[in-house]
Amino acid sequence: MSTQFIINDLKASVEGKEILKGINLEIKGGEIHAIMGPNGTGKSTLASALMGHPKYEVTDGTAHLNGEDILEMEVDERARAGMFLAMQYPSEITGVTNADFLRSAINARREEGNEISLIKFIRQMEGKMKELEMNPEFAHRYLNEGFSGGEKKRNEILQMMLLDPKLVILDEIDSGLDIDALRIVSNGVNAMRSEDRGFLVITHYQRLLNYIKPDFVHVMMQGRIVKSGGPELAERLENEGYDWVKEELGIVDETVGQA
Amino acid sequence: MAKSMPEMEEYKYGFRDEHKAIFQSGKGLTPEIVRTISEMKGEPEFMLNFRLKSLEQFNKMPMPQWGGNMDDLDFNDIQYYVKPSEKQGKTWEEVPAEIKETFDKLGIPEAEQKFLAGVSAQYESEVVYHSMQEDLAKQGVIFTDTDTALREHPELFQEYFGTVIPPADNKFAALNSAVWSGGSFIYVPKGVQCEIPLQAYFRINSENMGQFERTLIIADEGSFVHYVEGCTAPVYSTNSLHSAVVEIIVKKDARVRYTTIQNWAPNIYNLVTKRAVAEENATMEWVDGNIGSKLTMKYPAVVLKGRGAKGMVLSIAVAGKGQHQDAGAKMIHLAPDTTSTIVSKSISKHGGKVTYRGLASFGRNSEGSKANIKCDTLILDNESTSDTIPYNEIMNDNITLEHEATVSKVSEDQLFYLMSRGLTEDEATQMIVMGFIEPFTKELPMEYAVEMNRLIKFEMEGSIG
Repeated sequence: MSTQFIINDLKASVEGKEILKGINLEIKGGEIHAIMGPNGTGKSTLASALMGHPKYEVTDGTAHLNGEDILEMEVDERARAGMFLAMQYPSEITGVTNADFLRSAINARREEGNEISLIKFIRQMEGKMKELEMNPEFAHRYLNEGFSGGEKKRNEILQMMLLDPKLVILDEIDSGLDIDALRIVSNGVNAMRSEDRGFLVITHYQRLLNYIKPDFVHVMMQGRIVKSGGPELAERLENEGYDWVKEELGIVDETVGQA
Repeated sequence: MAKSMPEMEEYKYGFRDEHKAIFQSGKGLTPEIVRTISEMKGEPEFMLNFRLKSLEQFNKMPMPQWGGNMDDLDFNDIQYYVKPSEKQGKTWEEVPAEIKETFDKLGIPEAEQKFLAGVSAQYESEVVYHSMQEDLAKQGVIFTDTDTALREHPELFQEYFGTVIPPADNKFAALNSAVWSGGSFIYVPKGVQCEIPLQAYFRINSENMGQFERTLIIADEGSFVHYVEGCTAPVYSTNSLHSAVVEIIVKKDARVRYTTIQNWAPNIYNLVTKRAVAEENATMEWVDGNIGSKLTMKYPAVVLKGRGAKGMVLSIAVAGKGQHQDAGAKMIHLAPDTTSTIVSKSISKHGGKVTYRGLASFGRNSEGSKANIKCDTLILDNESTSDTIPYNEIMNDNITLEHEATVSKVSEDQLFYLMSRGLTEDEATQMIVMGFIEPFTKELPMEYAVEMNRLIKFEMEGSIG
């Protein structure tokens, strides 16, 4: 069955303040949707709320992944249902090696007694690390501890590749990446494009979208998607900035704060 | 989807087997009981006198007014000596079936099959099973229970016994000195390196019974030995007392590592005195894991007596519901150029309480010495607490003392991160906790590291939510 992800009128608050004011979006397997927008418009909140970060309270709306409302689920259940969020600021966990963590995450998706064999796991992990041009020693480093920004992002993509999710959210995966790293990370994402996987790519910059070609581009302002279009929309934003969108829609302040 | 999870209150090693003791001293502590213990063991006069003097000392000394709450501890409600069977087993086959079953449950035979140099398993107060690898014996290493050592190596025994921790050291050392039974005795001759850790398994089985083992390790010049003990105990409703004394002498250029994992039932008072003396360029390392018990008071110490001596304490303490871990370390720098390291990791959960209590002492002659202390606490919920109580005594200006303490909670972002990859909240918490104590776990021999991780997993199940 091809993946289908439908967000319907999603509203969410942080500490009682409403940030998302009704998001509607439909992503089908094989599609890449990009969400663009200036700072403070609610892009990252959308990513975190969909994954279930406890700081964000969903006050209204639904989000169905292949017919199941993921908003009813715990964070780990969402993950096992096929959601994956590549984070802007991945946590560091001291004392836990990357390899141990990855293996636990893979096994969390498998029945007890059917855990991945160590050999198979190592082969998979090493293969993907090679694709991402990661130094093999990162397998034995503590999870994200002392990683540079770019290394963390690669590590997020490594996890995505090994966990084989159905709906991938990339939250500013391009921030802090140099051109080489951006190319490597994008290649990793492109290699994962398939009919049964949808992508939601959140970014400030059109630059990323030169590497990861979106099918749809959405602009977020004031906690809503205010404009949608094809790849040409991203190009226009790159060339002309956001002011024309604001003018067109009569928006003075695009951030959520003043709404 | 949900995996079945044991109740927190259910203690994993809380089984007990039918138990037939040959002799039980009855409850309470009197000179007559001390005499009986000594007589049953066929001890020489000097030991009987040592015990009786120690008992006097014990009776004279007040209860400590610091540390944990010992109000429920009734010395008259404790059985001081139980002798479980007539003779000590030499081979596994000779060990009584019932006792063997208990060991089976604890996994001793597997351990035996692995790298064991010698197993000295303590069943109640008496060592019933003891074996030793031949090449160790050939090297002149003595590894036996302390009672046997008193009989077979009286000169060595008398030279060192009670020299590091005299009976008057503290009330519980005095108690142990009066009623001690069992424990391990190790002598490693000059220059001998024991490649394989020597291990002992201790276990309390009789209700209301105190276990007062007495361990004495002497590492002669230039030698090395790693001694390992692990501990599990069954659940009982009434309070049980464990009060051990461990004395270690590390001679010039020698190195001793002493690894303990103690996993006590929640009703045990675990009041232990552990101290080592390190001579010139000697190294003493305590690796000390404390899980469970009602109250643990334990501060492994190293007296850095010779120039260039090194001391290390690496410890973890886990306190759950109704438990108090009052643990730490003492480093006493008496000579120049001595160095010490303390790494303490504490975890409190379900209203548990952890206290780090440590002493760094620098004497007049401790010129050029260094101490580095690092205490980290991880608190898993809002009911649990932690305290850090460092004492410093500095009599020399030319020393370096570094102290670093952190208290942290499992962070929301860390949990979210791990859960967003599919780990349950329990699994994510376990992973963070295991990572927290990893500096400890990685120092353990392989099979103990596995055991330790299993214990921690079990302890952490259901910790949150």
